[in-house]
Amino acid sequence: MEALIEEFPVIRDAFWLTIRLTLTSGLVALILGTLLAAMRVSPLPILRGIGTVYVNAIRNTPLTLVIVFCGLGLGVVLDVSFSDSLSTNSMWLSIIGLSAYTAAFVCESIRAGINTVPLGQAEAARAIGLTFAQNLRLIVLPQAFRAVIAPLGSILIALTKNTTIAAAIGVGEASLTMKTLFEAHGDAVVPIFFGFALGFLVLTLPVGLLFGWLAKRMAVVR
Amino acid sequence: MTATPAPVKAGRRPVAGADRATVLYDAPGPRARARNVVYTVLTVLAVVFALYVMLTKLDEKNQLDADLWTPFLRADVWANLILPGLVNTLSAAVVAAVIAVPFGFVFGIARLSEHAWIRIPAGAVVEFFRAIPLLIMIFTAMFGASLLFGLTVTPFSAVVVGLVLYNGSVLAEIVRAGILSLPRGQSEAALAIGLRKSQVMRMVLLPQAVTAMMPAIVAQLVVLLKDTALGFIVAFEDLLNAGARVLPSNFSNIIPSVIVIAVIYIIINLAVGAVATWLERRSRRSRKTSARPVARPDSPTAVAGPVGDGTPNP
Repeated sequence: MEALIEEFPVIRDAFWLTIRLTLTSGLVALILGTLLAAMRVSPLPILRGIGTVYVNAIRNTPLTLVIVFCGLGLGVVLDVSFSDSLSTNSMWLSIIGLSAYTAAFVCESIRAGINTVPLGQAEAARAIGLTFAQNLRLIVLPQAFRAVIAPLGSILIALTKNTTIAAAIGVGEASLTMKTLFEAHGDAVVPIFFGFALGFLVLTLPVGLLFGWLAKRMAVVR
Repeated sequence: MTATPAPVKAGRRPVAGADRATVLYDAPGPRARARNVVYTVLTVLAVVFALYVMLTKLDEKNQLDADLWTPFLRADVWANLILPGLVNTLSAAVVAAVIAVPFGFVFGIARLSEHAWIRIPAGAVVEFFRAIPLLIMIFTAMFGASLLFGLTVTPFSAVVVGLVLYNGSVLAEIVRAGILSLPRGQSEAALAIGLRKSQVMRMVLLPQAVTAMMPAIVAQLVVLLKDTALGFIVAFEDLLNAGARVLPSNFSNIIPSVIVIAVIYIIINLAVGAVATWLERRSRRSRKTSARPVARPDSPTAVAGPVGDGTPNP
């Protein structure tokens, strides 16, 4: 227990990094995922094809591989650099991996949401002369988003847990910090484990509750 | 796919897939078709340009040199460096699956128990292990156990322990959902003819529920297989280790080898995923069960539990 109190600043910083990774990649994944979903329902077969290939390839690749590719492939070999500081650079490289991975799941959720919008909505939109892009932006997506709030919440929770994989390229978020603390405090393994588990519960439980509440509040009454 | 496609309008020549109406757009007329051709050409140009930029960048860093790629044409590289990794990945996945499935059944059924002293602890275990990241469990199994008890935990066992606890808990939820998806009449009728509670579960509910949850279970096994890659972080000599550590240390070809390894993962997972889809179609047709197939945990429509039915697993 003393170990947890003594190391509190370190643990706080680690979880703060976890939160930043989650929020940044979540935002990028939401934008990228929406674009992918738009591609996958578009009238152009080529855009649909690109979207389908991307989603199926990414969903069947382990996230660890994606992140290792970003860290070693993009970072080391191709010299992709965001910052002179090594740790900031690794953080951004892991954000690329996390966003690219999560976007595929966001896309599939939104596509499922589009399927919940009744046919009449889009037909009426077309009847008043809206183009595909207008139809999607003004009529279909706003209703689709409201239908997938709960699944998007699940994706955000999964993303929070997935940020731990940034440890593969040495980003000092919560899981890597836990490992380091194990080594420094070999006698306090149990409290450290439960401390970090509690940290993740504190991060994910409110998100689940908030999104559940939002989903109910924003549900489209039909 | 965008909902049900409306039938192609009469008299219009059905060309490619774009020539049909969906919720979002009409079957294109002559002007729309011309515009679509323009957009298609623009997309192709953009893709070609992106590929060109990527390839030039790779070439600048000499990543297209033949000697980085030719190792993949050599039988000894596959036999000595890649296949052992693949075997380790598959054996970790199989061992974990063989333990996780019974774990899921035991805890899933325990959560439906009428006795609170069974139901509540089982629920706590399942919710706890679903809520915390798998990597935390693997690290704790790997380093915690050795510090606590002086045990030497191999990376293989650490990965299996983590996979069993996490995927077993997710499977428990699938089992619970499968049993709950049966109409109440099933257990009521079974009780009415005098079966005991254990008989109702064993002879009536489980056989029907298993059919309904098979696709979800197989889909979860894809997740489990992907999760084995986490072993890379604790130096488990799996397929990812072969692609990101072993091959690059021999041929310094990290980019080519990670790409090849990714393709292997994608092929294996697509194959297992196809089994799940086939089972789903079969159980949807099946008249042997009164349950509907349980939503696959990876399906975007899966109902979210209180703590993420973690859609994108590692």
